[in-house]
Amino acid sequence: MAVLLSASLVLFAGVARAATLDDVKKQGYLKCGVSQGLPGFSSVDDSGTWSGLDVDVCRAVAAAVFGDAKKVKYRPLSAKERFAALQTGEIDLLSRNTTWTMSRDTSLGVNFTGTTYYDGQGFLVRKALGVKSARELDGATVCANQGTTTEQNLADYFRSHKMKYDIVVFEKSDEVVRAYESGRCDVYTTDRSGIAAQRLKLAKPEEHLVLPEIASKEPLGPLVREGDDQWFNIVKWSVFAMINAEDLKVTQANAAKMKSSQNPKIRRLLGEEGSFGRMLGLEESWAYGIISQVGNYGEVFERNLGSKTPLKLARGANKLWSNGGLMYAPPIR
Amino acid sequence: MTQHFVRENLLAARPPLKTQKGMLAWMQHNLFSTPLNGLLTLVSLVLLYLLLAPLIRFSLVDAVWNGENRSVCLGVDGGACWAFVKAKFSLYIYGRFPADQHWRVDIVYIMGLLGLVPMLIPSTPYKKYNAIFLLVVFPVLAFVLLYGDRFGLSQVDTSLWGGLLVTLIVAATGIVASLPLGILLALGRQSKRPMLKAASVGFIEFWRGIPLITVLFMSSIMLPLLLPGGAHIDLLLRALIGVALFSSAYMAEVIRGGLQAIPKGQYEGAQALGLGYPQMMMLVILPQALKHVIPGIVNSFIALFKDTTLVLVIGLFDMLGMIQLSFTDANWIAPNISHTGYLFAAMVFWIFCYAMSRYSRFLEDYLHTGHKG
Repeated sequence: MAVLLSASLVLFAGVARAATLDDVKKQGYLKCGVSQGLPGFSSVDDSGTWSGLDVDVCRAVAAAVFGDAKKVKYRPLSAKERFAALQTGEIDLLSRNTTWTMSRDTSLGVNFTGTTYYDGQGFLVRKALGVKSARELDGATVCANQGTTTEQNLADYFRSHKMKYDIVVFEKSDEVVRAYESGRCDVYTTDRSGIAAQRLKLAKPEEHLVLPEIASKEPLGPLVREGDDQWFNIVKWSVFAMINAEDLKVTQANAAKMKSSQNPKIRRLLGEEGSFGRMLGLEESWAYGIISQVGNYGEVFERNLGSKTPLKLARGANKLWSNGGLMYAPPIR
Repeated sequence: MTQHFVRENLLAARPPLKTQKGMLAWMQHNLFSTPLNGLLTLVSLVLLYLLLAPLIRFSLVDAVWNGENRSVCLGVDGGACWAFVKAKFSLYIYGRFPADQHWRVDIVYIMGLLGLVPMLIPSTPYKKYNAIFLLVVFPVLAFVLLYGDRFGLSQVDTSLWGGLLVTLIVAATGIVASLPLGILLALGRQSKRPMLKAASVGFIEFWRGIPLITVLFMSSIMLPLLLPGGAHIDLLLRALIGVALFSSAYMAEVIRGGLQAIPKGQYEGAQALGLGYPQMMMLVILPQALKHVIPGIVNSFIALFKDTTLVLVIGLFDMLGMIQLSFTDANWIAPNISHTGYLFAAMVFWIFCYAMSRYSRFLEDYLHTGHKG
C-alpha cells in the first residue's frame, strides 16, 4: 500500500516541477522539512527558535540562495510523511536525519545530496552487566523502538554473529528508555546519536556504557526531489562549502577577514575569484553567506552535538578526512 | 399554695445525639453503616493514599521550581521539574510566535474571554450584539491581529503559531462551525426532499466513517496533489476545514437524536398554529431538541477539544505537540521532564474540559422546564 502510494506520488510529482530554485526565490523563503524534535538535529530552544545540525543545513541552503539564513520556513514532519511531503512539493528540501539507503534513493523519486552525519546503530548496557563487547551479548534482552530499521539491523547483527536475543519494542523513545532503566532489558539499541540523547534521560547516566561495536551504517543527509539537477547541486554544494571551509580553516568569525586571503582555494570558496556562484545560479557570495551566517561544518557540529553541548558526541567518523574521518568534499575549482 | 405541674419556661434545646448529627454521625451513616461498607471505605482510603501520596510528592514536595537548564533537575530523584515548564511556558502558550508580538495574542485571548463570559451568563443583556461580536467581529479581529500584514502589524506566518493558541483556534473553529452545520445536516437528513436527504446522509456517513487522523493526513498530503499546480492552501486552514467538516458530521447525529425525541404532536401543534417550516423549527422543535441533547453536544465538544492534539501528525504544534517538542531540547533533557510536561498538559486539558462539563450541567438546570422527574 505504502509502495503504491509512493509510486503514484512519484507519477504525480513528476509533472512539471523543474526549477525549484525559481520557485524558492519567488516564494521568498525555503520550505525545509525537519523532524518533530530530535536533540542535536532539530529542536526548538526556550525562545522557540529551531536549532540543530539538520536545521543548520536548511539555514545554509537559505544563506546560499538568499544570502539570509533566516529565510527558512520549517515544516516539522513525521517519519511517515517525510517523503510524500518532498514529492508533493510541500517542502523544497528534506533535512530530517534520514538514512541514505539504496531503496530510498532509487525508488522514491528523491535524491540524497550527500552525508552530513555518519551515524551507526550502537548498544547501551549497564556497566554492572560486565559486558565489554557486543559479541558477549548472546541471550540478551534488547529494548528498541518499534517499526524502525533498528529492529532489522538488530536481527541482522545477531544472526550474522550467531547469537540469540529477545527483543522488547515500544512506540516512543521515552518508553524504551524507561523499560531499559527499569531492568526489563539488558541492552538499549538505537542510533548512536540517539543513544547520546536518550542517555541523558537516565537517572544515573554514568552507570551505563556504550559498547564499541556499531551494528549498522546510518549515513544521514539532506534530500531533494528527483529531476532538478540545479537544485540538487545547490544543496550538495552548500554542504560541501561547509566542509571545505573547515578544511581551509575559514570560520564564521574570520570569514570576512579571509576574503582578503591570498590562498586561491579560499578566494574561490568565498567568491573572490572565479564565477562558481553563477554555475549554481546563485550570487558569487553564496558560500560566504553560508560560512558567515551558519559556520563551517566543524562549528556546526560542535555547536549542536559536540563536547560543549549536553550530548557530548565525539566527532568520530565525522572528523575531516585529513584528521582520519569521513568528511570529504570535492574541491571548488 | 399552688402547685405547678406545667413547666413555665421552655427547656433549652439539647444537642442531638452524637449518632444523629455531626461529623461522626455523617461518617457512620455514609462511610461505616455496615461492616462491609466500613471495609470498603478503609480500602478506598488506602488506595487513595497510595495514588495521591506519590503524586503530591512528585508534583509538590520533591519538585524543582527554579533553574536555567537541565542541571537543576538532574539531582532530584522522582520530583517534577517545574523549572523546565517555566522556561518553556511561553512556547506552550504562544508557540513560536515572535516574543515581541506576544501582546497581539494576549489581546486575542482577552477579547475572546470578554466576548465569551457574558455570552455564557444568561442574565446579561444584549445577547444578540454579544453573539454578533463573538461570531463575526471577534474572528475577523483575531485573524487580523494574529496574522498581521496590515494596519502596520508585521506578518506572523501561521507556521509560527502554536501551543495553546493553536489548540484553542482549532477547537473553537470546530465547535463554532459544527453546531450550525450540524443542525443543517440533521434537518437535511430528516428532509422529505430526496436529493437533500441523500446529500446530507452521504456527507454525514462519509465524514463519520473516516478517522480524524486520516482527514488531517489527507488534507496535508493528498490535497496539494489534487489542487492545480502551485496553488497553496495554508496548513492551518486545511486542518481547520477538516476539523470543522468532521465535527459537524458528528454533531449532526447528536442533534438528530434530539429531533427524534420530539413527539409528532409538537410538529402538528406548530403547524396547527399556522407556523411555516422555518418558524416551526426555530420556535418549537429545535429549542426542545437541542435542550434534550446538551450532554451529547458538550460531550462532542470535549471530545473535539481533546482531538485537536491530532493536528501534530500534519506538523502543526498544538499545546501537547509543543510540550513533546520541548522534550527534545538538549539543554533540558533530564529523567523527569517528560513526566512533568505530561502532567502539565493533563492539568490544562482537564481544566478546559471540566469547565465545559460544569457549564453544560449549569445549562441543563437552567433550561430545565419540568420534563425531568
